[in-house]
Amino acid sequence: MNTLSSGGSLLFRPRPVFQRRRDQVFIWATRIAVFFSAFLLLWIALEIGIQSLPAIGRFGLSFFWNTTWDPVEGIYGAWPQIYGTLVTSLIALIVGVPFSFGISIFLSEDFLPKSLRLALIIVVELLAAIPSVVFGIWGLFVFIPFFRPVQMFLYENFNWLPIFSTPPVGPGMLTAGVVLGIMIIPIITAIAREVLVAVPPELRAAAYAMGATRWEAIFGVVLPAAIGGMLGAVVLGLGRALGETMAVAMLIGNARGIRVSLLAPASNIPALLANEFAEASDEQISALMYVALILLAITLLANIIAELMVRRVKFALTASRE
Amino acid sequence: MATQVAAQANLFRRKARSKRVVLDWVMTGLTFASSIFAIVVLASILYYVFVNGIERFNWQTLTQLPPPPGDQVGGFGNAVLGTVIVVSIAISISFPIGLFAAIYLSEFGQNSSTASALRFVIKVLTGVPSIIAGVFAYGVLVLSTKTFSALAGGVALSVLTLPIIILSCEEALRLVPADTRAAAYALGASRVQTVFRVVLPAALPVILTGVTLAIARAAGETAPLIFTALFSFLWPDGLLKPIASLAVLIYNFAIVPFENQQKIAWGGALALVILALITTVSFRLLLSRRQETITI
Repeated sequence: MNTLSSGGSLLFRPRPVFQRRRDQVFIWATRIAVFFSAFLLLWIALEIGIQSLPAIGRFGLSFFWNTTWDPVEGIYGAWPQIYGTLVTSLIALIVGVPFSFGISIFLSEDFLPKSLRLALIIVVELLAAIPSVVFGIWGLFVFIPFFRPVQMFLYENFNWLPIFSTPPVGPGMLTAGVVLGIMIIPIITAIAREVLVAVPPELRAAAYAMGATRWEAIFGVVLPAAIGGMLGAVVLGLGRALGETMAVAMLIGNARGIRVSLLAPASNIPALLANEFAEASDEQISALMYVALILLAITLLANIIAELMVRRVKFALTASRE
Repeated sequence: MATQVAAQANLFRRKARSKRVVLDWVMTGLTFASSIFAIVVLASILYYVFVNGIERFNWQTLTQLPPPPGDQVGGFGNAVLGTVIVVSIAISISFPIGLFAAIYLSEFGQNSSTASALRFVIKVLTGVPSIIAGVFAYGVLVLSTKTFSALAGGVALSVLTLPIIILSCEEALRLVPADTRAAAYALGASRVQTVFRVVLPAALPVILTGVTLAIARAAGETAPLIFTALFSFLWPDGLLKPIASLAVLIYNFAIVPFENQQKIAWGGALALVILALITTVSFRLLLSRRQETITI
């Protein structure tokens, strides 16, 4: 009896101290890594915020509506760039959202056999993997010549509209916006499809049982359940469009000032940063940091809103299934 | 009796050209067309990159220095080497941190509220524009060392690869069945032993493809490099000097009016596109073989 119990305690002897220590150190190391990664976001915001303090002090809020950006005179206002960022992103959404929703619905229904669906998913992912600068060079040498007749058509037939009032020169707000629209298709498609797939199949089956056609089921049942998450996907796409740099810097024309016509060269925040940072000095650096801070704030806001929207809808959908 | 059955059958049949059926066809056609649009755009990019890039995609281009304007020869050897160096710096910073962070999220934090809050912030970090990563590295390194450098470029890229690595590693670790961990603990393995001897080896293939994906992403990023690593017409010369990279070379050479330079830019684009093609397709195929369900 005695020997048995002592043998048992040998068999189940407690973990050696060094193993327990090693485990604790390891867990702490992973904890530090993950907290560092999360605090990186704060560090980025602080770094850019601190560097832009001189410009914030000097120009204050007038930076937002001042339209002169003149490094020689030391006058900085970012309204043309902010305006350019908003307009190119808006064009991108108008172009990108219909296609993205179309593809995501197409992929979430059983139109295609599974293997073909996988092929189409790979196509969309490849579109996401093509580097921005490759979109830029493709835009310069392939898309601009292709898009020219469309721009001419708009100018010749609709030049009574202020937004089409100048003869097209190739690069410009519209060109950059349309290519930007193509570039945000993958991200919107991916998230929208995730939400659509999360809609419980019972809902669809119930709609079919009531005699609904496929699209009556989609419009009447599937989309109402998923629309919040799909709008979240759009906001996420907006976040990408706001910050996308290289293709826009190569296609927007990099002009100063504001022109109403979308066919005229313009500028936006990322393009301004890409063009001027390498040669900037002193106060210009601070002004550029201020612009970067504005961009960071807008994109963070878009991303946080989008993430919350998608999360809420996906949570509601999976909860209703259980 | 027979007519009654026939009448009932008709009752449940939609008229072939009723508004409802036509609307169905139109909408199906529209979604099909938008899918075709994506395929056409991708095909156009691949086609033109291959056609324009293949001419200068040879050994000479891969080994020579970029030419001065007007010269008819030259290549992007230094840019290839520079991209390898800058991306290596980025991955050697972001991989250890990212892997450990992923281990915390999938093994220790799991579904706790702290872990989901951290995951939320890291997801938001993926949405930080690439140019902002450049601005950050400029502020942290270029301003303090007073020089553009390979190191600053690497740090800028690591900001972008870190969240990608964390999320893809976490996904890889979560694919390892919970039973495997339970079995290891039941045999008396410690946390460290379980993670390093059981979970990581099982997840390794997916982790490595995830890292390859991050490498391909980083190699194509231009915006974080143009004012951190800058560019150089010479071979790489130390980590605290400006360095060439393929992505910046494409940008610099595509916007100048010299045909030879533009050809070299297309050659560089071809190199980056091939890298993106291989990594994306292999990642998707591997992942879909591991999971039954297809998710983007």
